[in-house]
Parts: sequence; structure tokens; C-alpha cells
Amino acid sequence: MSRAFVTKVITGNDLLIGDVIYLTADDQWSRDHAEAELIEDEAHAQLRLLDAQRAKNVVGPYLADAKRGAKGPEPVHFREAFRTRGPSNYAHGKQVERPNV
Amino acid sequence: MYNYTDFDEAFVRTRTAQFAAQVERRISGALTEDEFRPLRLMNGVYLQLHAYMLRVAIPYGTINPHQMRQLAQIADTYDKGYGHVTTRQNIQFNWPKLTDIPKILSDLADVGMHAIQTSGNTIRNVTADHFAGAAADEIEDPRPIAELLRQWSTDHPEFQFLPRKFKIAITGSSTDRAVTRAHDIGLRMVRNEAGEPGFEVIVGGGLGRTPLVGTTVRDFLPKADLLPYVEAVLSVYNMLGRRDNKYKARIKITLHETGKEELSRLIEERFEELRPQFGGNDQALLDQITAAFSTPELRQADTGSYHAFYKADPTFRSWADTNLAAHKNPDYRIVTISLKKHGATPGDATSEQMRLIADLAERYGHSEIRISHEQNVILPHVHLSDLATLHAALRGSGLETANVGLISDIIACPGMDYCALATARSIPVAQQIANRFDELKLEHDIGPLKIKISGCINACGHHHVGHIGILGLDRAGVENYQITLGGDGSETAVIGERAGPGFAYDEIVPAIERIIAAYLEQRVDAGETFLQAYRRLGLAPFKAALYPDEGKRDAA
Repeated sequence: MSRAFVTKVITGNDLLIGDVIYLTADDQWSRDHAEAELIEDEAHAQLRLLDAQRAKNVVGPYLADAKRGAKGPEPVHFREAFRTRGPSNYAHGKQVERPNV
Repeated sequence: MYNYTDFDEAFVRTRTAQFAAQVERRISGALTEDEFRPLRLMNGVYLQLHAYMLRVAIPYGTINPHQMRQLAQIADTYDKGYGHVTTRQNIQFNWPKLTDIPKILSDLADVGMHAIQTSGNTIRNVTADHFAGAAADEIEDPRPIAELLRQWSTDHPEFQFLPRKFKIAITGSSTDRAVTRAHDIGLRMVRNEAGEPGFEVIVGGGLGRTPLVGTTVRDFLPKADLLPYVEAVLSVYNMLGRRDNKYKARIKITLHETGKEELSRLIEERFEELRPQFGGNDQALLDQITAAFSTPELRQADTGSYHAFYKADPTFRSWADTNLAAHKNPDYRIVTISLKKHGATPGDATSEQMRLIADLAERYGHSEIRISHEQNVILPHVHLSDLATLHAALRGSGLETANVGLISDIIACPGMDYCALATARSIPVAQQIANRFDELKLEHDIGPLKIKISGCINACGHHHVGHIGILGLDRAGVENYQITLGGDGSETAVIGERAGPGFAYDEIVPAIERIIAAYLEQRVDAGETFLQAYRRLGLAPFKAALYPDEGKRDAA
């Protein structure tokens, strides 16, 4: 038997700026993890990844584990958590920039 | 220093224009990411965790004040006001926009700089002893050879698609400050019995997932044979190097699989073919290059003020004791400016600091600046009488820290704060260790100690050759740090020994403290360095300090 599917979001980097972006349910790319579409089954995940790979403004889209949170999807792994914030040595990146520009 | 010829200038301008067109085509969608990636990597452009990153070469670590000011201008105009000095004498900008990178490359070309071959499976930036041209223990300045290698390797058609990246380091001194034994090719200048300078050629060193100290394939190579010999090594590697497995593609694996004797034989055979083809052209070029690296006209002046300040000012004395090194002229010193202020990010310099360094180099340092793989900045020629004024000018700038070679002078890769390959963070670990030992006011008592931290197995932070090495890993979704002890990157290079199971993020600083406590307790006297004590005592007492509970369990 295959293991239970871990819910996912699709994420990549913006082509022009390089910033971390997430695919939303209405086919937009958001800079806010909480606005990402939380994908709950494997087949849909693969379809959505194909959609993401066709998008022009995103580099290297991939599926990342995520879980349901109070305000929307939340990252599971610490790498993905860092990607929602920016570096820890300076207040640079998402932690100081308004999401959703 | 070497200034671009018209040929160099035209080449860099052409490449910049090509890259600008490639970026346009990528943005329009004419190039896919798969098509674009190798093109951007050829020009030093990475896509990291949060942004693009541009890696700019500082060939053999030599840079002039004019170039330094341009880096400051680039940091202010296109980035977030700082640059990061790497462990291979490059400088990285962490936040450029893709659309700005052609402009940055053009601004770099304005001052004779570029980002060519700072990535990809090519011959990378040739690194050199950061004290080159000034060190008291030097046979000859190795930088003319490094520049010859740069010109030869840049866009060399045979070596643009090597099995894997290829790193060359060179030193002209008996003291190895360039980690030559951990490079694909390490070149150490030595003299033969007749007293002529030549090179010991070391092949197949490297860190990463298979750390190996290089093997000497030639004890003495005459200086005039250097370029055809290096080309022969590359040529053999290009033929034999494995392209089927990325993890077995470096020359260290080729050496291991082929054997030293057979590889040496193939190199010598190829060398015999190549040598006559050079026809002396390389030597004519080397002569031209060498003229550009003459020592500046050193001045003669009274040195009494230095000794007076040294006696009277304890802050200056402390800085002089750690940050100065012997110069070939006894009235001069080599100054290392620390980019390791306690709690700061190792290797980061703000644009303001870059401008100050440029000004001070002009005023007190014959306009020469070096960048070290240990992520510091060097003014190689400062007269004794200028040192106190120089130190006063550094005060308050964040550049006056008296810690070179001490526990807080830590090498750290960018780790998971920036790097897409990282498995854990490095920078905050470095910051916390530096702050902790500053609080304890212990670092001068501890004495010479090199801590090196990598945030993944690729070992950009050289952890294997740290006296204390720290490797950050991802263990089941949690950051975990492995400690190695007794590593050494110098002429007596050794790969460190793994101490045991790793430590969690909040356990790593206390673990380092326990190692240091064990050292302080067990050293013969303050003159025995950590590395000497480790070599005398072995791993056991440090292991006991790291894992106290294990001892109790065994005893029970």
C-alpha cells in the first residue's frame, strides 16, 4: 500500500526578481504562503505541477509539503519555513516586505 | 597590479552584451529555464533560496581601490548595500534582480572585473595566497602565474565542458595560506637543489562529500613548464573524468580510480606532446604580466611612533598582536582587516566599509587590497609608522576587530539563509559562537583556532580542514550539526575526524564550549595551540567532553 498523501503547495521563484512565489487556486502566483492552494490528492498535485511548469514567470516550480493552518496553508519543513520569511541574519526579504505585491 | 589589455576589455564587453541579449530572450520566453541556466551559470548568476545571486571573481584575491568603490556602488544601486566575500576569493551579491544583472556586469567591466567562470563545469577563479607579493616567507609572488592561468583558462574552448568544476590554488610561500592541498590542482612554489624556483604540483585534493588531501604528482616542476603541465593535467582529466555520475566526476575520483602512477604517466605523456607546441609564447606573455606585479616603491621613515603606540595603547596592541603579519620589508606589516566583528555575518562588508577600505588602501597601503579565502580583507603593504593612524581610522567602522586567527574569525558559507543547496544554516551558528566567546572574554586566552562551518556536504565552508569543523545537516526535518576535530588546511593538511553524533541547533554552541573547556584544561601551557593539543591528545578527551552522558553510561 502506498503511504498517505501529504498535502502540498506548489512553489517556485519569480523569474524577474527571484522572490519565492506560490500557486493559488485561481492560477495566480502569490508571494504569501498562506494564499497558496493546498493540494489534497496526488493526481491533482501532478496536474497542478504541469500547469505551473507551463507558467512563464516562474522558475523551477515544485511540490512542497504543507499543512492546513488558521490563516491558510503553512510550511512543514524548516527550509520551506525559511523561504516564507527570508534570511535570519538580516531583516531582508519577505519578513520585511509586504506580501502580495 | 595587472590591468586589462584591449583584448581583455573587448572580450568582457562582448560577453556582457551576449548575456544581456540572453536575459532579454529568457524574459520574452524565447529561452526556457533549461536553456538559460547554463548560460547564466557561465556568467556567475545563480538562483538561490530567496533571490538571484551574482558571484563576481576577484582573481587571486587582488583588487584595487577603484574596483572596491565600484563594488560599493553596485551594492548600493542594485543590491541591499553590502557584498559577501566567499571562501574562494569571490564577492557575492545576494539580491540582484535578473533585469539588473546585465547592467551590473557592464559596471564591473568598467573597472576591469567580471563574473565569468565563477560557476559551471569550468576552471574557476584561480585563488592565491592572500599575502602574495608581501609575505616575508615568500619565494616569489605567485600572482603572475595565477594571471597567466586566468588568461589561459578564460573561455578556453577545450575546457568549457569539463566533467565537473575545476579549482586551482597557488602559493609562493612555504607556509600554505591558500589551502593548495584541498584543490583539484594545488601549486606550491619550491626551490630545487640549484636554488631555482619551480612548483610542487598537487592533484586531486578536495573537500565536499569525498574529502581528500591532494597527491603530489611532481615534486619539482620548472616554472617555465607550468602552463603546458597544467594543460596536460586538464587534458587527461577531461578524457578520463566521469561524466556518468556527478558525485564521481571530480579529478580526485579520477585519481583514486586510475591510480597515482597511471595518472602521472598519462599526464607526463601528454605534457611531452604539449610542451613543444607552446613555443615560448607563454613565457613571453608571463614576462609582460610579471612586470605588472612589481612591489610598490616602499618608503623609508622613522618607526618609533609605532613602538610608542604599541606600548601605550592596549586596544592598538591587541589588534597589532592578532591582525598584523610579517612583511618582506621589516619596516612594513601586512594588515588583515577583520570582516568578523562579533555577531556580524562572516565575510559581509557594507558599501560604507568598502569605501573606507578603498580610502585607507590609498592613504596607507600603496593602493593595494587583497581578499582572503578566510573572508577577510588585507592591506598588504603598510608602513609601521602608519599602523596606529590606520587602526584609529578603522575604529567605529565595524572593521577594527582584533580577532584574526582566533575563535571568532570563523569561515562560514551562506548556508540555508541564502543557498538553495544548503541543508542547514551556518551564519547564525557562527554569530552565536563569536558572541559567546566574546562574552566569556576567552578568545585571546584560547589563542590560534580555526572554526569552519558548512551548511551542507559540499563543504564551501571548508569544515573538513577546520581545527573545529561544523557541518549542518537535515536530520529528519530538523537542523543537526556534526563536529569534526583536528582538521588542518595548511602545508600540513589533514582532514578532520568526526567526533560522533550531531547536535541540535540549540546544542551546538554549548558543545563547542565543552571542547574549548577540555582544551584549556588539558593543554600543557598557553603556548600549546588547540591543534597541537589535539595532535598530542587525540580525539578521546574531546569526545568525552562532547558526550559526557555516554561516559557515565559506560561506567554504569
